[in-house]
Amino acid sequence: MSEFLSLKGVEKRFPIFGKDDYVAVTDVNLEIKKNEIISIIGHSGCGKSTLLNMIAGLDMQSEGSIELNGKKIRGPGPERAVVFQNHSLLPWLTSYQNIEMAVKKVMPELSSIELRVRVEKYVSMVNLEHAKDKVPGELSGGMKQRVGIARALSINPEVLLMDEPFGALDSLTRANLQEHLMRIQQSVKNTVIIITHDIDEAVLLSDRVIMMTNGPNATIGEILEVNLERPRKRVELQHDPEYIRCREAILSFLYEKFAKEDE
Amino acid sequence: MNIDLVKRIVLPLLVLIVIIQVWSGIAHTVEDFPTPSDTYVAAFGGLNEYDDEVVGVLSDPFYIENVDDKGIFWQIMESLKRVFGGFALALIIGVPLGLLIGMSKNAQYAFDPFIQIFKPVSPLAWLPLLLFIFQDINLTAISTIFITSIWPIIINTALGVKSVSEDYMNVAKVLQFTPMEKVVQIILPVAIPFIFTGMRLSLAIAWLVIVAAEMLTGGIGIGFWIWDEYNNLAYHNIIIGIIIVGLVGFLLDTIMGLIANYFDYTKKGRA
Repeated sequence: MSEFLSLKGVEKRFPIFGKDDYVAVTDVNLEIKKNEIISIIGHSGCGKSTLLNMIAGLDMQSEGSIELNGKKIRGPGPERAVVFQNHSLLPWLTSYQNIEMAVKKVMPELSSIELRVRVEKYVSMVNLEHAKDKVPGELSGGMKQRVGIARALSINPEVLLMDEPFGALDSLTRANLQEHLMRIQQSVKNTVIIITHDIDEAVLLSDRVIMMTNGPNATIGEILEVNLERPRKRVELQHDPEYIRCREAILSFLYEKFAKEDE
Repeated sequence: MNIDLVKRIVLPLLVLIVIIQVWSGIAHTVEDFPTPSDTYVAAFGGLNEYDDEVVGVLSDPFYIENVDDKGIFWQIMESLKRVFGGFALALIIGVPLGLLIGMSKNAQYAFDPFIQIFKPVSPLAWLPLLLFIFQDINLTAISTIFITSIWPIIINTALGVKSVSEDYMNVAKVLQFTPMEKVVQIILPVAIPFIFTGMRLSLAIAWLVIVAAEMLTGGIGIGFWIWDEYNNLAYHNIIIGIIIVGLVGFLLDTIMGLIANYFDYTKKGRA
């Protein structure tokens, strides 16, 4: 079971009328182990969201294969839950109902009591007991994203895919949510792939950081191992030599080797 | 005292005084045109200009003399029945069709030209054809209202479906919703406020059209009643009819607005 999630020679082309296809990403080869936390970092337009969408099955690759547990991914499915950047909660349902809808669909065999217990469990996992009967419009951005995470985890996915999950939040809220995520990950232990453009977030959260070159024809430039013990403490890490090494490696990749001018 | 409330009561009253002045002016210039006081007497009863005792149109709206002679209440009820009959038919057919057009590009390509061509046609243009088909006043009126109501319902339903965000559909895809689950759990909640907007528009137009339709079909109904009063030279009753049609239309629109707000998740005072 070394190859849990594997990407082989993955390429994505978008046809442009009257011109050659636009090659967003090409030749992506990646093996992801079970329970591993991976960050994919890169400048905007490097195709990192495209990559995530292909793993999610929301988008099909043009070349290559993506396999989970040795089975080719052919479409979206609940074993690959997605936390969307803009939370994507249904605005007419309360926090509780948003989670309940997902659990009900994925685990139809649950009795009504089991269903309630399960939904309550994930509501409290993200500390939202007080907000479970509120609709998304009444929640702050950070709370909405926590509901999004709870919804994704509640269906017991093998892989949790997060597309810039904290990108739309202010930095304090973002730090708070990173803590939530690390705490939850300690207890749930599933595979997580996080798309991010935040260097500290990448180092803090992940076991490996995948650095993407710039598009078009974006591919994996470097892979960085983050050898930091868990649980990780944000404040203590600031002076940790390994943390500093990782930060500098990513900085140098993004701003020296593959610097990008503002368009 | 709430100054805004005072304004809301006093200012319309000022306008009402102006309207009555203008009306009196017209009544003095145009021969036989009913004055405001004549009209009031005709509506609520009392002594007319020749000191004859008159039973007002509104003092006994529920009378039934015979099939062809009923009180104003029954006239309005007859019109409302037709409006809601046609409106209900339009809903039953228009909402599913709108959902289909909103969800399927092919359906949109197939139906759109016909909707665009038939939508601007006055429903009254259909009336002779419908009368020829049905040979029945009631069915003709109902089907005229059906044609009136269906376009805004189809168009707004389709618009509602199209306004479903891609994100929600992605959620549905990840959870592997069946097409039916997508419709019930995602598309309908988003589309319902749009559908109600369509219904509100439809009902307003239907109420406009029924008056004209009944003038053409005859028999019974508020539109026919107004036309009949013209033939009876009872011009004051036409004015009463206009005011009643206006009040009923206002009431219908208000009720539809309340229902629409009730089903609109963005307006539940919590969004």
